[in-house]
Amino acid sequence: MNSTADLLKCEDLTKKFGKDTALDNISFSLDPGHIVGLLGPNGAGKTTLIKMAAGLLTPTSGAILIDGDAPGVYSKGIVSYLPERTYLNESMTPDQTIKFFSDFYEDFDPERAGEMMESLNVNRTKPVKNLSKGTKEKLQLILVMSRKARLYLLDEPIGGVDPAARDYILNTILQNYEEDATVIISTHLIADVEQILDEVLFLQDGKLILQESVDTIREERGLSVDETFREVFRC
Amino acid sequence: MKWQIDSDRPVYKQLIEQTEQAIVSGIFSPGERLPSVRDLAAEAGVNPNTMQRALAELERSGILYSQRTSGRFITDDEEMIDKLRYQKAEEDARTFFDNMKKLDLSADEIARLLRAIFEEDKDEKSASNE
Repeated sequence: MNSTADLLKCEDLTKKFGKDTALDNISFSLDPGHIVGLLGPNGAGKTTLIKMAAGLLTPTSGAILIDGDAPGVYSKGIVSYLPERTYLNESMTPDQTIKFFSDFYEDFDPERAGEMMESLNVNRTKPVKNLSKGTKEKLQLILVMSRKARLYLLDEPIGGVDPAARDYILNTILQNYEEDATVIISTHLIADVEQILDEVLFLQDGKLILQESVDTIREERGLSVDETFREVFRC
Repeated sequence: MKWQIDSDRPVYKQLIEQTEQAIVSGIFSPGERLPSVRDLAAEAGVNPNTMQRALAELERSGILYSQRTSGRFITDDEEMIDKLRYQKAEEDARTFFDNMKKLDLSADEIARLLRAIFEEDKDEKSASNE
């Protein structure tokens, strides 16, 4: 709809819950075509930021814009969001869930979803409630990545799956995001994801303390992003 | 090919080195067409933008060239590949030499050690050929 280069833009974005400030005057923008790590200790505001981009929370002050517009009907059509908690209908099977998503989202590719389920050994005919925690996570990520979205918001996408599936999932993200799409991944498993990131955002106490390219961090500090994180947030 | 990305150095630099290594060791032949950026990135498990940056740099140095419609190719200038091979050998030799100096080995000792390993390698090869 809009031709602005910023796919996601935050301007003095602030979110308060009562007296608590979850996000404190954050400003940054992201271009299309990047995989961005959203990193920070527990309670830094990662999930709040993602929820605001997904349109589930509204700013207390400042603005968040998706492709030039405040989150709403238009943005929901181009944003694919993976929440940290399961939202699937537990009595539906994965196959029924795929059908449901196909009906719901214009940009959903059921074939892509089917292929990923085969590769990740997701049982397609058992009700979701009978699947293990890790399998449910895989299913959710498959559904989210099967949309041809412009902005993917992945809140802790690999926390509960085994390392082999993790590799496959990261590869799935690499291969399935559209070239002009941007993927935001919030995670604590930095060492596992940093190879696929090209940029990171460090949040601390609701403030943005670093936005930098991964290779610049490595070049200037001689440290991996994981090591940089441990240094910046040393307890 | 097999990619191995270490955690402490810029990823694009490692991609450049390993692509060069693949070219001088014949995994990629002169004039061969490279897979797409996306496929290479997926194979290496890295961000496509990072792979793009590495390939652009290799293009600047002349080791790769691109044709607008048909993709990216390895240079067919074998002289250039030979030069690159020698350059990489020299770099490795320097690193090796520095490490030996740290172990306080003299030039003679280093030479003797290398000769012994060379002979061992020759023996192993002839043994496996029998």
